[in-house]
Amino acid sequence: MALEEVQVAATGVSPETIKLIATAATIAIGGIAPAIAIGMIGSKGMEAIGRNPEAAGKVQSAMILGLAFSEAIAIYALVIALILKFI
Amino acid sequence: MEISLAAEKIGHIGSLPITNSLLLSWISTAFLIVLAIGATSNLRTIPQGIQNVFESIIELLLNLINGVLEDEKKTRQYFPLLATIFIFIITNNWLGLLPGVGSIGINEIKHGEQILVPIFRGGNADLNTTLALAIIAVISVQVFGVAAIGTFKYAKKFINFNGPINFFVGILELISEFSKMISFSFRLFGNIFAGEVLLMVIGFIAPFIAPIPFFLLELFVGMIQALVFMMLTLVFIKGAIQEAH
Repeated sequence: MALEEVQVAATGVSPETIKLIATAATIAIGGIAPAIAIGMIGSKGMEAIGRNPEAAGKVQSAMILGLAFSEAIAIYALVIALILKFI
Repeated sequence: MEISLAAEKIGHIGSLPITNSLLLSWISTAFLIVLAIGATSNLRTIPQGIQNVFESIIELLLNLINGVLEDEKKTRQYFPLLATIFIFIITNNWLGLLPGVGSIGINEIKHGEQILVPIFRGGNADLNTTLALAIIAVISVQVFGVAAIGTFKYAKKFINFNGPINFFVGILELISEFSKMISFSFRLFGNIFAGEVLLMVIGFIAPFIAPIPFFLLELFVGMIQALVFMMLTLVFIKGAIQEAH
């Protein structure tokens, strides 16, 4: 305990601060790649539907599936952030 | 405002704890059973009332599953499990949005301060429920695969000694079955729990009018997550019943 107090006194940064920053950084950085992935999947899906409107149903099903997979990565990051915050 | 990652216990049966999300899962099961009995009690050839609603839901799901499997016989074979997954998850999610969930509770003293333990909580906002559903889904995929192409051929997908690369790929496939369990459970849990936290925070900051778009979002997310769970199980079943190329 004396070490932590010395750390806080010397640098002004305590474990609670680091925990807070880690929580925010987890979800912020963890959401970048899934957001890009969802954007790309959506754009390719719309392009495919535009080219071939008859296959819209099949393209839509495959697109939603791909969206769910990539969104899951963002959800993993969110779960880690929640665990950091509440446990 | 207290947010707990784990579902809070509100009672015991013998030595088994009952959590608030388990209570809501029971309520949604009872709700579905009552609806099903009401729909099938006086079956008519030209449907009316609840039977009509149920028939349209079943037709929707059948068409969806048929679109992926493209085989009527297989669709009917795998329809019960997939439809149950969809209907159970969507009922759990939507019942968790009703007023009273998360707000009606018991005041308890924990860690020296008084907090409110709600007696209802979204059924899928508990990792136990979603893990159970994920385990059921993944084990069902294995069982359907074995039933369709035989134990030996199915095991050859995972353990085959045709060469070092194939062996390695087989081991990876085995590990990926376990990662599917984790992925299923965390996807559903993360979406629903994050939705609950969002609604609680918005209700805390701006309780009037502002929560309306968020409730719409949660309705949508609840339906999409049920659909995604069902479609992913369907796609895995489709992959499992195919012979290895």
